[in-house]
Amino acid sequence: MFSRAYRAAITIPPLLWVALFLLLPYALLFCYSFWSVSPAQMIVRSWTLNNYRELFRVNVYLQTLFRSMWIAARVTIFSLLLGYPLAYYLSFGAGVKKDFLYQLVIIPLWVSYLVRAYAWKTILGSDGVLNTLLQYVHLTSHPLNFLLYSPFAVVLTLTHIYTPFAFLPIYAALEHIPRNLIEASHDLGAPPLQTFRRVILPLSIPGVLAGATFAFVLSLGDFLAPLLLGGPSGIMISNIVVSLFGAAYNWPLGAAISFGMLVLVIGLLFLSERLEKKWSFR
Amino acid sequence: MASVIQPEIAPGTVRTVPSLLSIHEVAKSFGPTPVLRNISLDIAEGEFLTILGESGSGKTTLLRIIGGFETADSGKILMGGERLDPLPPYRRRVNTVFQHYALFPHLTVEENVGYGLRVAKVSREELASRVEQALAMVKMTAYAGSKPSKISGGQQQRVALARALVNRPQLLLLDEPLSALDANLRRQMQVELKSLQREVGISFVFVTHDQDEAMVMSDRIALLRLGELEQVASPREIYSRPATAYTAQFIGHTNLLRGEVKGGIVRCHSLSWRVDLPDGPVLFSLRPENIRFAAGPLGSNAVHFRARLRTRIFHGATELLQAECADGLVLSLRTASYDNRHGDLDLEFAPADAIPVRDSDDLKNRN
Repeated sequence: MFSRAYRAAITIPPLLWVALFLLLPYALLFCYSFWSVSPAQMIVRSWTLNNYRELFRVNVYLQTLFRSMWIAARVTIFSLLLGYPLAYYLSFGAGVKKDFLYQLVIIPLWVSYLVRAYAWKTILGSDGVLNTLLQYVHLTSHPLNFLLYSPFAVVLTLTHIYTPFAFLPIYAALEHIPRNLIEASHDLGAPPLQTFRRVILPLSIPGVLAGATFAFVLSLGDFLAPLLLGGPSGIMISNIVVSLFGAAYNWPLGAAISFGMLVLVIGLLFLSERLEKKWSFR
Repeated sequence: MASVIQPEIAPGTVRTVPSLLSIHEVAKSFGPTPVLRNISLDIAEGEFLTILGESGSGKTTLLRIIGGFETADSGKILMGGERLDPLPPYRRRVNTVFQHYALFPHLTVEENVGYGLRVAKVSREELASRVEQALAMVKMTAYAGSKPSKISGGQQQRVALARALVNRPQLLLLDEPLSALDANLRRQMQVELKSLQREVGISFVFVTHDQDEAMVMSDRIALLRLGELEQVASPREIYSRPATAYTAQFIGHTNLLRGEVKGGIVRCHSLSWRVDLPDGPVLFSLRPENIRFAAGPLGSNAVHFRARLRTRIFHGATELLQAECADGLVLSLRTASYDNRHGDLDLEFAPADAIPVRDSDDLKNRN
């Protein structure tokens, strides 16, 4: 349909971009993960599996990975619990306010992630808004310390940040349900709750899966929220990678962890896509 | 004209069947636009009633009000003597076949048909046997395990019908269920649907914009125009005795003749005949098939006239001719297509076939 030259002209730039800024760095990362660091802090370019052995030998890596997954799982659950009812309300109950409310959900995405994370710091800190309020109304006599620098703070912040990501695909899935199916269900005697359970929920599963995948994958790899709000008990796997590439100067081990994460995430995305296919009926 | 399969009810017969559904003075507006005005209609048990109308006539809205998907602004609906209109759709013993079938895409054919029974918590054995029966009734047993996306439009149509009928509703609503099918399948489904309705004996309220379809299937037709009932009668009666010019034109072809009655004689252009009507202006509907070639010597009481053949439109078994009288009056007439006459034609019609109708133009200009 298009001339060869035209096709080349439109496909080569993006391919080059991807090759240069995505595939090449990944390839380098992959190489690094099999290299090592000499006692003199030099990268030794000889192949070894030691980095990957280290991953399983030193407890802190696996522990942190599991903690990260547990935090990501909680973020996912809370994002769905908030995002689904919100999406449901917007799609079915909001009427003329729909577009306005949709914008309200989207607007926070335009605000810098950093600003939103810092906002929680000022809310949860020992001199923060929440503690000041609790003391003012005499619910506590001294600041509650578990609020900030804890996994709780990380889960709260990440839930706040990633709920719109869970909301969007669910909302899209709900909007795609033909409304005459809901009328048909009512017509066949099913009251609203049963209609939800038998028709709306099953037809929105692909959206829920996509939303859950977004929330889980994005929060699993997050490093800013734990850095700012996590404290020692809220450290996540990305913080370890950051320190290995920074202060610890162990790029090979950092690369090995990163690659492990990459494989894990690709596996999750693959699984999520398979499940979404299974639950779509078009 | 399509062949008219008619129940054994002669025109004018008084129905004694008890009424199942009564619609009383229902009105509905969307914003400032009135969609239905003052609709009163009774539907008898076991009756096949068609709500016929052009798009925008309010027919679908009326059906949706009966189903509970829209609320009337005023008026009431009774079913079996009890108020139906305050009930939500899921409490009405009414089922609907939706225009685009609305089959649940995530359920198989069998699960779709069993949906209403499962909701009603019917026992497992009864559910299985009723679903099987319903599928057999619409000849879809072989597709029980298929998803709706894997079967054709006609098959989806049958499943939608089975899904509604399996619940044994007192009343079945059908919203242009055949409009998405191609012409041949459509004709076949019309006959099947009608015989199915006879078989199950449930009242059907069928919405369509297709007057041929309404003729073929209905016991009675309710013709809706701009939100008002124009005429409610059996297909035979509505065709042969249209009450208004609109009805006469909408259902089949007709010639409208405008004339003046004076002293028991009507004059209409150069034609005149004896009528039993009061003096004043009058409008007649004269069906093309009621104009025939003058057979023999003048006599009888037929209105005789002469007209020149203008055009002929071939329709298969019949042909529609247009003939112009000397005074410019153009009339359509239907003849068998093998008739090969041309030039000036000697024509006649029986005065009894010229039906006085109410002028509908006042309605046309009202909005």
